[in-house]
Amino acid sequence: MSNAANDKLEPRVVVTPRAIVAGHGDFAFGLVSAVEQITGRGGQLIPLSIKDLTVADIEKLLHDKLLSANVRVIFTDLQAGSCTMASRRILRGMDDAVLVAGANLPTLLDFVFADARSAPDAARHAAERGRAAISVHGAGA
Amino acid sequence: MTLVLYRIDDRLIHGQVVVGWGQPLDIGFIVLVDDAVAASDWEQELYRMAVPPEMDVYFHSAGDALTALGKYRGDPRAGILLTGDIATMQRLVDGGAIDAVNIGGIHSRAGRTQKARYVFLAPDEESALRALAARGATITAQDVPGARPVPLADLLAGTEL
Repeated sequence: MSNAANDKLEPRVVVTPRAIVAGHGDFAFGLVSAVEQITGRGGQLIPLSIKDLTVADIEKLLHDKLLSANVRVIFTDLQAGSCTMASRRILRGMDDAVLVAGANLPTLLDFVFADARSAPDAARHAAERGRAAISVHGAGA
Repeated sequence: MTLVLYRIDDRLIHGQVVVGWGQPLDIGFIVLVDDAVAASDWEQELYRMAVPPEMDVYFHSAGDALTALGKYRGDPRAGILLTGDIATMQRLVDGGAIDAVNIGGIHSRAGRTQKARYVFLAPDEESALRALAARGATITAQDVPGARPVPLADLLAGTEL
């Protein structure tokens, strides 16, 4: 293998968190685990679980993590979910922040590889990739 | 149809309500009874955006919900009435002939004791639930349709823990 190829394949482990992933059950931990397994870049994502929390506690958890990690992007699982509702309240008035509701694995994979973009721009781009990544096969599809 | 579920859930409209109950019950509308939400256009818009376009959401304060109950009970669609706390539901039961109340989620906070995975109650809330039952309402805890409805006596006894 040439040095150029080696250089290109040199792991670029980015450990600075760039986004929060939050959702029902173990959704966030499962997705971030998958991102880490596929890319080694799971460290860009902070998984959060909201099991057994009140709405106020969910908002506080997300808000505190947003500030302590200094991130401006939140991925959530469901438009109607508590994480999405809490995130929308938190991000109200934060013009530099982005919420992507309905995130899937292709969304997050695109996001972690788009580290040349700002995190909010990368999130918008990733949302489009995630939307387009759903396909149906078989049974006359 | 009519109002098919009267639910206490401190998360109000969220995934369990819209998807978990909404789909199997073919819910066409949600009546959200909460004083703070009823007073905030921004909060109302937030909840409207959380439901599918074919589902309507109506907002009421605890004070004006009672007079509107008849209209919703006559609606040809199936609906869910939601309150975020026991006290608000108690006002509706006291004045609105509600015979069954679903406890969908009352989560942990200071002063509350865990009674089930998704139900935490303070002593005054336990008393309020007993009062609801004494008025003839059947009280059960059940977060999603596939779960076993837990009778109030079992819930308060902590048998679900």
